[in-house]
Amino acid sequence: MSTLTAERPTPELATAGKAPKRRLRGESKLHPLVWVFVVAVMAFSLIPFYWLVNTSLKKGASLSQGELFPSQPTLENYLVVFQNPEFLLALRNSVIIAVVTTTVALVFASFAAYALARLKMRRKAMILTLILSVTTFPAIAIAAPMFSIWREIGLYDTLLGLIIPKLTFALPLAIYTLTSFFKEIPRELEESAYMDGATPFVAFRKVILPLAVPGLATTAILVFISVWNEFLLAVTLTTSPEARPVPVAIAFFSGTSEFDQPLGTISAASVIITIPLVILVLVCQKRIVSGITAGAVKG
Amino acid sequence: MAIKTIPPSRGPARTSGRDRAERKLAFRMTAPSLVIMALVAAVPIGYAIWLSLNQYSVRTAGLSRFVGLENYINALASQEWWAAFGQTFLFAGLSVSLELVLGTAMALLLNLAFKGRAVLRTVVLLPYAIITVVSAITWQTMFQPNMGLVTNVLSALGLPGGDVVWLGEHGYAMAVIVMADVWKTTPFAALIILAGLQVISAETYEAAELDGASKWQTFVNITLPLLRPAIVLAAIFRTMDALRVFDLPFVLTRGANGTESMSMLAYTQLRENRLVGEGSALSILTFLTVMVVSVIYVRFAGGNIREVAKEEQ
Repeated sequence: MSTLTAERPTPELATAGKAPKRRLRGESKLHPLVWVFVVAVMAFSLIPFYWLVNTSLKKGASLSQGELFPSQPTLENYLVVFQNPEFLLALRNSVIIAVVTTTVALVFASFAAYALARLKMRRKAMILTLILSVTTFPAIAIAAPMFSIWREIGLYDTLLGLIIPKLTFALPLAIYTLTSFFKEIPRELEESAYMDGATPFVAFRKVILPLAVPGLATTAILVFISVWNEFLLAVTLTTSPEARPVPVAIAFFSGTSEFDQPLGTISAASVIITIPLVILVLVCQKRIVSGITAGAVKG
Repeated sequence: MAIKTIPPSRGPARTSGRDRAERKLAFRMTAPSLVIMALVAAVPIGYAIWLSLNQYSVRTAGLSRFVGLENYINALASQEWWAAFGQTFLFAGLSVSLELVLGTAMALLLNLAFKGRAVLRTVVLLPYAIITVVSAITWQTMFQPNMGLVTNVLSALGLPGGDVVWLGEHGYAMAVIVMADVWKTTPFAALIILAGLQVISAETYEAAELDGASKWQTFVNITLPLLRPAIVLAAIFRTMDALRVFDLPFVLTRGANGTESMSMLAYTQLRENRLVGEGSALSILTFLTVMVVSVIYVRFAGGNIREVAKEEQ
């Protein structure tokens, strides 16, 4: 590690020396076959979205015939969704659960991650392995006993009863991601704090935390997406609209009537909850990419 | 030069008192998280083991008797468990291999410098943010008889599959579930592989070029071997996730037509059939299966992970 850091030229030098070369390379034309491939990847990513939106804009015969372009596009499905009190409740529940879980996980994880990234500690490797292994636990192994415990102590079908088990997966994810971010912060900065007589904890609070704001934001986004997405705990530990988050509400949308296939309405609800996530990707894509890859590259 | 003097705590001249204070602080900072994780992960799993050793009356709440390993023996002797086991591994094998191949290809594309790379990256990332339930619904709309894009296009082209009720038939239902998973999670694999790609230095390629290696030779002999750690990492993350699959079969088939996963089977016994003991035994079996696979992975394929772990010490 340290030799690598020592050999690396300063960032300014690196860009000054290499940027023009890179640009030249970038202008070299792509093989036509590569373009075919680029288009294919884009189509694979986007066409399902198009079809979901398309389905959400159709009704009746237009829906059942599967028109490529809706001949009479209608927003009626969206109206139905917004007039559904259960959907609005689900949105509220999801926001509360995701915000609280993410905040709690981030607070505790930032302490743990600092210790794991920077401080001397006994059995550090073992603790990290343990934390990482929790992220691979199948949720059913948590959901099954929680279902019994919560029904006995009255937390079944409550928001709190969902937030607590969701921490099982949010916390290790946050610790793992934050640890790799803390490691990237140059040690020189803490060094100067130590020179000024700061204790490790003061160095953490005054030097590391402010510098780690981008890393914290990235971690928050990743944890938020994963909590928002989580389904198994949510479906096992809730039963009423008062506690059901969005994924469960949508999954049970079709359950209203056996004969009606309300695919139009379900699609509309799906589009509605997808829009904020699409915006999140458009605005924060760099953060998301750096978060996913933070732990992936050695060092 | 500054590198040699930092970190202060690691310098040989440090007193052990300073070390002890640092260890104490590290313990205090990690303890809350470890306690929470013990409470929300270890305690429930311990309780699940206890539940799985008992049989509970469906009619009278609170009535139970200790049956030892009976629930496990019954589960392991049942056709349902092995069917779910096989279907879960089939799903994981199919979806993870597709995701690795497509993810590597996507990563290679994203690593090329061309106009529109930023657009491609954004587009590719979109399905990743979609919640799994919506991914399931999206692919349901694609394959719905008469209404679906895929079914309509297949019919129009006179190809087989146009008049198939995809979610209603063995094999076809699994194909839709694999598609929904590949669509949503390939970007994740691609980004991890891309990160591995970006640490391969340009000099390595220049050397290969000087030696007169063709593009394909360079890819097979240089890129792929150097990319192996990243691909293995993506494979581990994706396999662990795929073996826990639940949302996709829940929404698309409710486990019918050869798509019931281990998690779904445990859920059905627990919630729908109210068999707490049996359901708990099945969830512990699911847990053990996933753990065994992760240990095998780290042992045989994850040399790089053990190196990382060593570095932490």
